[in-house]
Amino acid sequence: MKLSAALLGKTYTFASVKEVLAKANEVKSGDILAGVVAQSDMERIAAKEVLANLLVSDLRENPVVPYDEDEVTRIIQDGINETVYAKVRNWTLSELREWLLSYDTSEVAIRHIANGLTAEVIAGVCKLMSNMDLVYTASKIRVTAHCNTTIGGRGIFATRLQPNHTTDNVEGITASLFEGLSYGCGDALIGLNPVNDSSSSLGEVLKRFDEVKKQFQIPTQTCVLGHINTQIEAVKNGAPTDLIFQSIAGSEKGNTAFGFNADTVRHAQSLLKKHGTATGPDVLYFETGQGSELSSDAHYGADQVTMEARCYGFAKAFHPFLVNTVVGFIGPEYLYDSKQVIRAGLEDHFMGKLTGISMGCDCCYTNHMNADQNDIENLTMLLAGAGVNYIVTVPASDDIMLNYQSNSYHDAAAVREILNLRPIRPFEQWLEKYGIMENGRLTKIAGDPTIFLRKGGA
Amino acid sequence: MPIDATMVEEAVTAVLREMNLFSPAEKTQEKEPSLQAVIPQITPAVPVVVPIAQLPAAEPVKQEENTAHKDFSDPQALERMLQKTSARIGVGKTGARLRTDTLLHLRADHAAARDAVILDVDASLLDALGLFAVQTKCTNRNEHLTRPDLGKIFEQETLNELLQKCKTGADVQIFASDGLSSRAIEANLANILPVLNDALAIHGLSAGTPFFVKYGRVAAQDTLAEALGCKVICTLIGERPGLGSAESMSAYIAYKPTVGMPEANRTVVSNIYSGGTPAAEAGAYIADLVVKMIEQQASGVNLK
Repeated sequence: MKLSAALLGKTYTFASVKEVLAKANEVKSGDILAGVVAQSDMERIAAKEVLANLLVSDLRENPVVPYDEDEVTRIIQDGINETVYAKVRNWTLSELREWLLSYDTSEVAIRHIANGLTAEVIAGVCKLMSNMDLVYTASKIRVTAHCNTTIGGRGIFATRLQPNHTTDNVEGITASLFEGLSYGCGDALIGLNPVNDSSSSLGEVLKRFDEVKKQFQIPTQTCVLGHINTQIEAVKNGAPTDLIFQSIAGSEKGNTAFGFNADTVRHAQSLLKKHGTATGPDVLYFETGQGSELSSDAHYGADQVTMEARCYGFAKAFHPFLVNTVVGFIGPEYLYDSKQVIRAGLEDHFMGKLTGISMGCDCCYTNHMNADQNDIENLTMLLAGAGVNYIVTVPASDDIMLNYQSNSYHDAAAVREILNLRPIRPFEQWLEKYGIMENGRLTKIAGDPTIFLRKGGA
Repeated sequence: MPIDATMVEEAVTAVLREMNLFSPAEKTQEKEPSLQAVIPQITPAVPVVVPIAQLPAAEPVKQEENTAHKDFSDPQALERMLQKTSARIGVGKTGARLRTDTLLHLRADHAAARDAVILDVDASLLDALGLFAVQTKCTNRNEHLTRPDLGKIFEQETLNELLQKCKTGADVQIFASDGLSSRAIEANLANILPVLNDALAIHGLSAGTPFFVKYGRVAAQDTLAEALGCKVICTLIGERPGLGSAESMSAYIAYKPTVGMPEANRTVVSNIYSGGTPAAEAGAYIADLVVKMIEQQASGVNLK
């Protein structure tokens, strides 16, 4: 294993695979904060050079968090298909990159080989990809999952409808929900971030979601994104939910800071098998975001892209219906500006798809980041081109509860038109039945939430 | 030349007034206090948030009579929906895009939020309130935004200056800090400080010398409490602005905090601004909390 490279007469030497991975990263403020960033552009390229010549086996044998200390590492390593791994173990990362991009490599072949790649390998190849490489490769890969409907099909661009409210007022939430439905949003999920993380409050909103879903016979999924333990309690108290949600991190220590571990997830999964409202089999929803491990000092000196890839490796073990990075939520100390947040969104989506999970993105930013709505619209169009399974949508892009901006309900409809993408088919048929969508376009009455208040519905 | 945010806002407001259209900024905001603050799961350790249940709900603002919502099949129903949320619903569309007034309103609100983050607190306000200013180890706004670790520590000479200028060993030390919104400090500080000081005096508590910390983060209070030897420390700090308001301030209060202590040992009163808990009411409420902390010698999760 060679950990040095000469560039323009200067030799750059790295102490470990972890250091190579970190320094090969595109610039991120979170890596600066963690003190793992390359000290110059030349050192960054030298690290990429070293990385390109490392073998898949070098990265598998050097996980950034030790196997014995961390269940995320164990879940990823133990989940590797050894037959597939034997085929690729002697490939360099440069070869892996070119193989992924090649015309000779089919989608099926990528999905197959992916079962032999650990998170460090996936993060490594990501660092060798340009932005367009990330879009190009991801666009080859489709990952479907089924809850009540099937997400991830080619030509489908789905949305989570996020009707957040400052006080969890059920009528106010319903108003935002009707607004979103009237724009054709909500085929991936109707999902609320609650203010009040109590099982009774979660239950109240879940009950309303279930009533609306039943009354209007909407083919979709519902969830309230409390803490996993609160959701478990709500289900035990009889709350109707299709999915259970949890924010996840790329190390066991990070997950412990979030207040759960793999057993908690297994428990949630088996509980929904018995008491959930969904058809299944995929009943879990995870959110991630570069930098969350550093925020709980659970990054083990690794960079935030590698830690993010480990989230996806962990997620894959549970066959989630939805996984999305909340890419710009964490703030400028992790992703400083629009350049960094767009890069991170493309990286996360690529790494999720290559891992083999149903990957979406909350294309978003906070007001203390150096980014604005134009930047986030750019990211959304890039990701739609890359074949993202879904995005997150809120009324007119303003989330009044989480105090950040994401995509508007309008954005989803516009992106579908621009790139000729459609909602999940049963949901599209439902929209057509209600006169909201025709031939993939919004109708004149679309955008009128009061259509759901007419007697007897449609 | 960039368009001035106030210009945009004024223009938009004027147009809206003329057209008599629904405008999110003019809507009734619900005033029920939330039971628990927003806890984005991405931040695992959070301080304890206390509900301000005893505060009276503010009077709802009366919506002007209008003939808006004519594009909607049930305008009265839309009006009722709008009363239930401050979300930007019922905004309509042109093609699959936002209408111009909605778009410009969003841009104006974002500009206000950005200004709140980036601009400094008006020095004349600090002078008027008799506050002297010190700075954390951050040397500029950019560093403040990207290096939260530097926003909670001070150069030794700064700590020496504080020891020289401040009364040490007080029952309560209050200080203000820009945090993520200078605008929040400008909007609320002059209203909260007198109420807070009076209420503490009534309870017979001694107050330290108040000051202002530029480029501050919440945990700066741990360093300062250790240096100044106070029992309770209260930080009035600008919250990360949303589009709804850039004026929201929080009070983080802790009993004898130490550097590196769990976040859960802090008590926070959030949403202090004209559209949430008005500063004067929050001041009285914070004073009561401080009294309780001194009685129980505890704060955060340990406060009963």
